Amino acid sequence: MPIPALLPAAVNMQAIFSQLGEGFVMTAVIFILTLVLSMPLGLLVAFGRMSKFRPLSWLTRFFISVMRGTPLMLQLMVVYFAPGFLIVSFGWDVTLPDNYRFIATIIGFVINYAAYFAEIYRGGIEAMPVGQYEAAQVLGFSKSQTFLRIILPQVIKTILPSVTNEIITLVKDTSLAFSISVVEMFTAAKMLATAQSSVVPFFVAGVFYYVANYAVAFVMERIEKALDYYK
Amino acid sequence: MEELLTISNLRKSFGGLEVLKDISLHVKKGHVVAIIGPSGSGKSTLLRCATTLETVDAGEIRYGGDVLVRTDSHGKPVYADKAAMKKIRSKFGLVFQNFNLFPHFSVLRNITEAQMIAGTEKRQAQEKARELLAKMGLADKEKAYPCQLSGGQQQRVSIARALALNPQVLFFDEPTSALDPELTGEILKVIRALAAEHMTMVIVTHEMAFARDVADYIVFMDGGVIAEEGTPDEVIHHPKNDRTKAFLSRYERS
Repeated sequence: MPIPALLPAAVNMQAIFSQLGEGFVMTAVIFILTLVLSMPLGLLVAFGRMSKFRPLSWLTRFFISVMRGTPLMLQLMVVYFAPGFLIVSFGWDVTLPDNYRFIATIIGFVINYAAYFAEIYRGGIEAMPVGQYEAAQVLGFSKSQTFLRIILPQVIKTILPSVTNEIITLVKDTSLAFSISVVEMFTAAKMLATAQSSVVPFFVAGVFYYVANYAVAFVMERIEKALDYYK
Repeated sequence: MEELLTISNLRKSFGGLEVLKDISLHVKKGHVVAIIGPSGSGKSTLLRCATTLETVDAGEIRYGGDVLVRTDSHGKPVYADKAAMKKIRSKFGLVFQNFNLFPHFSVLRNITEAQMIAGTEKRQAQEKARELLAKMGLADKEKAYPCQLSGGQQQRVSIARALALNPQVLFFDEPTSALDPELTGEILKVIRALAAEHMTMVIVTHEMAFARDVADYIVFMDGGVIAEEGTPDEVIHHPKNDRTKAFLSRYERS
């Protein structure tokens, strides 16, 4: 029985690179938008979670538990399909924008990652010794000055390894956008593999993901080193 | 003599435990008051109430003419408003047992940051910081970070940090308790030098010999009350209260 060739004559490397390249651009856009939006949103969620106002604290706690307790793929589908169902069943006179598929992807990723970042921030903030707050208070720092100048810089240093983990996971999680048919790199690889009856596109996509994460790890390590001037 | 700090009938409980039972204390300008007593007697809580790190349940605290907290006709404590609080906080400084320096700031910035928040210009703040560092024998450490210093050096930086804001009263919460025995001497020396300059200080300490030498007035606390107070000679050499006697004899033996 003939072994299926790994590189059949039909494999078109040029097509693979150009289409994966296009997919990679979409992957990068999802990645960057998610990071830029979810990291600050996560801080707000963390504040909500730590709030002394009970209803807000419960609400954010529930939000975080849902985001962590259900698959991201499912969340993407809900964000993408739910508005359409609601519009139809309530007979609303609204139309979703043409690029809603993309918007839904970003919303899904951002709220999911904000929940994870919020828990990382909360851990970091709660681990700060109370003496830092007390020293700042008796030295006349306001609450916001204390947070921005004393607490936050130290929190960033302590949570950096966890944040790196999360960012690396995000690079790989972007592939879940395939579940609502966003043509990012993984979707592109799948289509190429089917069209060319070859696994080569998957290998190439794997190399792309790996290189991207290598770059992420490199940058994060640099940042960690830069903050290594104190213990 | 002008009274810089007046504490009257202070009460404070944690849960059901009454930690301060009707404490009154007067601190005169230029005086050094040492607060001694066994662990759990309420010494540190008293200091924390006076420095706004704890809220009181009842009683009054005044810094000169500024009322930090008083008790209303219903027996509830009423604190000063935000603006008055800010002014009152600028009147005192606090040196912590475990320093609480800001680890991400250089030694110099630890001392300049609060000055700049209070409105001092950077250059002036740095000048003041360098002057204080020289006084603390740390002139060559301004670029260092707290983690690179010994405990004694860190505590000297934290004293400089507090002094930079020109407090009228400086509180010390067991300033040598987190230090190795061979390093306590350098801190006590600094406090002695401040006393010689007539800095008004309130010091919670376990260093009995030091309290005797440096204090104008000694307060012995036990079980949330001031069991005995007076000059060092009265309290340490001629204690009248049995609890003071028992406490002091335990110290002599150890």
